[in-house]
Amino acid sequence: MSEAHAHSVAYVRDAMLPEQAPPPGETGALHWLRANLFSSIPNALLTLIALYFIWSLLAAILPWTLNGIWDAGSLSECREIRNARGIESAACWAVVNERWLQLIFGFYPTDDRLLASMFYSEGLAAAGGAEAVFGPGASSTDRIAFVGQMKAEIGNLAIFFFGYWRPLLALILLVVAVAPILYSSLPRKLLWFSLAFPFVAVFLLWGGTIWGPVLVAAGLVASLLIARVVAPAAGALIGMLAGIVAFLAIFLNPLPFLDLGLFPLLPNVKAVLDAAMPIGLPAIESADFGGFMLAIIIGTSGIVLSLPLGILLALGRQSSMPLIKWICVSFIEVIRGVPLIVWLFTASLLLNYFLPPGTDFDLLLRVIIMVTLFASAYIAEVVRGGLAALPKGQYEAADSLGLDYWKSMRLIVLPQALKISIPAIVNTFIGLFKDTTLVVFIGLRDPLGLTNAIRATGEWNGIYWELYIFVGLMFFVFCFFMSRYSMYLERKLATDRR
Amino acid sequence: MKKTVFLGTLAVAGLAASIASAQSTLEQVQGAGVLRCGSNEGLAGFAAPDANGVWSGFDVSLCRAIATAVLGDPQAVEFVPLTSQTRFTALAAGEVDVLVRNSTWTFSRDTDLGLDFQGVNYYDGQGFMVSTSLGVASATELDGATVCIQTGTTTELNLADFFRVNNMSYEPVPVATNAEGQQQYLAGACDVYTTDVSGLAASRATFENASEHVILPEIVSKEPLGPVVRHGDNLWGDIVYWTLHGLIAAEEYGITSANVRELASAPTDNPEINRMLGTEGELGAMIGLSNDWLVNVIAAVGNYGEIFEQNIGENTPVGLARGLNAQWTDGGLLYAPPFR
Repeated sequence: MSEAHAHSVAYVRDAMLPEQAPPPGETGALHWLRANLFSSIPNALLTLIALYFIWSLLAAILPWTLNGIWDAGSLSECREIRNARGIESAACWAVVNERWLQLIFGFYPTDDRLLASMFYSEGLAAAGGAEAVFGPGASSTDRIAFVGQMKAEIGNLAIFFFGYWRPLLALILLVVAVAPILYSSLPRKLLWFSLAFPFVAVFLLWGGTIWGPVLVAAGLVASLLIARVVAPAAGALIGMLAGIVAFLAIFLNPLPFLDLGLFPLLPNVKAVLDAAMPIGLPAIESADFGGFMLAIIIGTSGIVLSLPLGILLALGRQSSMPLIKWICVSFIEVIRGVPLIVWLFTASLLLNYFLPPGTDFDLLLRVIIMVTLFASAYIAEVVRGGLAALPKGQYEAADSLGLDYWKSMRLIVLPQALKISIPAIVNTFIGLFKDTTLVVFIGLRDPLGLTNAIRATGEWNGIYWELYIFVGLMFFVFCFFMSRYSMYLERKLATDRR
Repeated sequence: MKKTVFLGTLAVAGLAASIASAQSTLEQVQGAGVLRCGSNEGLAGFAAPDANGVWSGFDVSLCRAIATAVLGDPQAVEFVPLTSQTRFTALAAGEVDVLVRNSTWTFSRDTDLGLDFQGVNYYDGQGFMVSTSLGVASATELDGATVCIQTGTTTELNLADFFRVNNMSYEPVPVATNAEGQQQYLAGACDVYTTDVSGLAASRATFENASEHVILPEIVSKEPLGPVVRHGDNLWGDIVYWTLHGLIAAEEYGITSANVRELASAPTDNPEINRMLGTEGELGAMIGLSNDWLVNVIAAVGNYGEIFEQNIGENTPVGLARGLNAQWTDGGLLYAPPFR
């Protein structure tokens, strides 16, 4: 074939010609401008109008932002500085400069003892030493005055890193715990830490003695172990029952009519251990949690808990067993049919009427539960979409391999269904994270609620944009990270079809 | 069957509830060592946190006074932020011990909701703010004005009443919060902004050109704001009532945070002062407190006048005149019953 070709053509060039420069006017910025922006008269007009629009927008925003005043004690001081400089408009970033710790952590108490011993030892000595200031006999009014003076002196950055080491450490550990789930290249043994992380985080954030989280973890492990040990000897059903009985004995009183004072085991054992070995951190109440930290706590716990729950609900909705199916369907429809704000009001107001007044059922915990249930209903529908998108052949292939239900789901159906639903799942999570600001309506101190509180002070009353921009930026950073991660995940898992 | 079980559970829960609440509020607070005070999430002059998260304000001071009376420590207060929707349920459900959150004393709240108002710590009323360029000197000249109004509050109803009585028309511009109201008003979305006068004064103080705005002289509603407790625990109610009126009486008799220790060190010539400060009689013991309870309270937070001047008085950004909130001897409404 090639020979015939060679003979039939008079001349064949056997060397590549060197590349030539394109003709003038076809390259460079000028060409790009002409081709893209000014290709015709209407396009040129549109370009000019758009440019003018962008220019006037930036001319309004940029000077205001960049001329911002960072160092002032109040809004009126900001205005004075601005007038002294002779500028027409300037942002008063000083409020962010002064209150950013509050916007991030709410009223979460700082570790004042640590701060005082690290950065303010002379002041501490002058005040009569740590015991005189922080000891049980010290007057709280004096302590607040001391802490106020100390904080004014050591600056916000030091307070951020050392005063709030507990939530910061929890955040760092969260990253460590989430990493093996997000990135499959990391060693699988790290997953054990991911399992332990919730207990570590609760201990770090809420404090108290170490025995609470340790015993809850031990109780869960013990229930599982008992079920595992009994199952081979007495059959799966008995094993499960034994596990449930153990769980009830540890966490609840299985015999409510019989008050032995022995059950539930957990609080009793905890009381003994607390008395014998009171190791731990100072306890902090949920009421002190606030700011962006609150959004992260509610958001991450909602995300982490709602995904497995949502998957189970989606599978339940497809189940052939009518009871399970109808329970799942009604749960999903009821939760989805009512706005989140109503569920939050239910959590904060209605539950009180059903619980005896002495019951101290933490408001934050109630909110986390409600948010989780709400998100799981949405996740269930998203996952159901993924399940429905799988060709029926995949289910049949799993069946023909002789896999049981859970194995076929785990090994064949779910990996594909979840992969399809990743964008929608992340979408739900981003929505959930932003919805955490709704807790402001039930009196939790989320970042937006804190902007109100900050505005209530005499110094900052009347300041709006600066605070909202700061809060918006913080949310943007988090949501942007989540959406980027979902794109990375999609690219990594794109093994088929495309 | 299922329904019976459910109702039975509810009944048991209710029974448990009634048993649990047998403990009085005073015992509960003293046992916990901290007073849970339902407070505003933030209202200029009345409740606001500083950079270190320490709350201060006119309402906050009353919480601190009650904490000092009961626990001897003005800082032993946990401020529970409550919205206007959640405040009364939170109190009724026992989440807070006392509610000091700009709550207007009305008939239905006092009776139907099962709450008790313990006096008035601030007499407020609804007013109007307009720009001076409008050239209006009285609210009766506001015919046809657009009015920024917070929805879902009593101010909305008062506004409608006022305009109807005066045969005028208006166009409402609904806003959700005070912050939004200020912005809308400044942006010119409405001619008039109406809310409680204390709120108007606080807003006006933040404006860049405060002198270009004026609060009209008409007050169109009565808004007596006061501390609220649950109905039924009368001893606790007495403590809140007499702590507030102790502060008011202290101003009347010239007891201040500066001189209270001195006045309490020995009986003075005035028997009323002696009874208040515990150098004569056993008044504290009658409400389950120590006899020098009021000494500690005044030493910690000052008398009513001091609290007023510190938080919302004429030298603060809020800049309110005493007006109705002056002592009865100065033409105001503050009138503490005798300590006897």
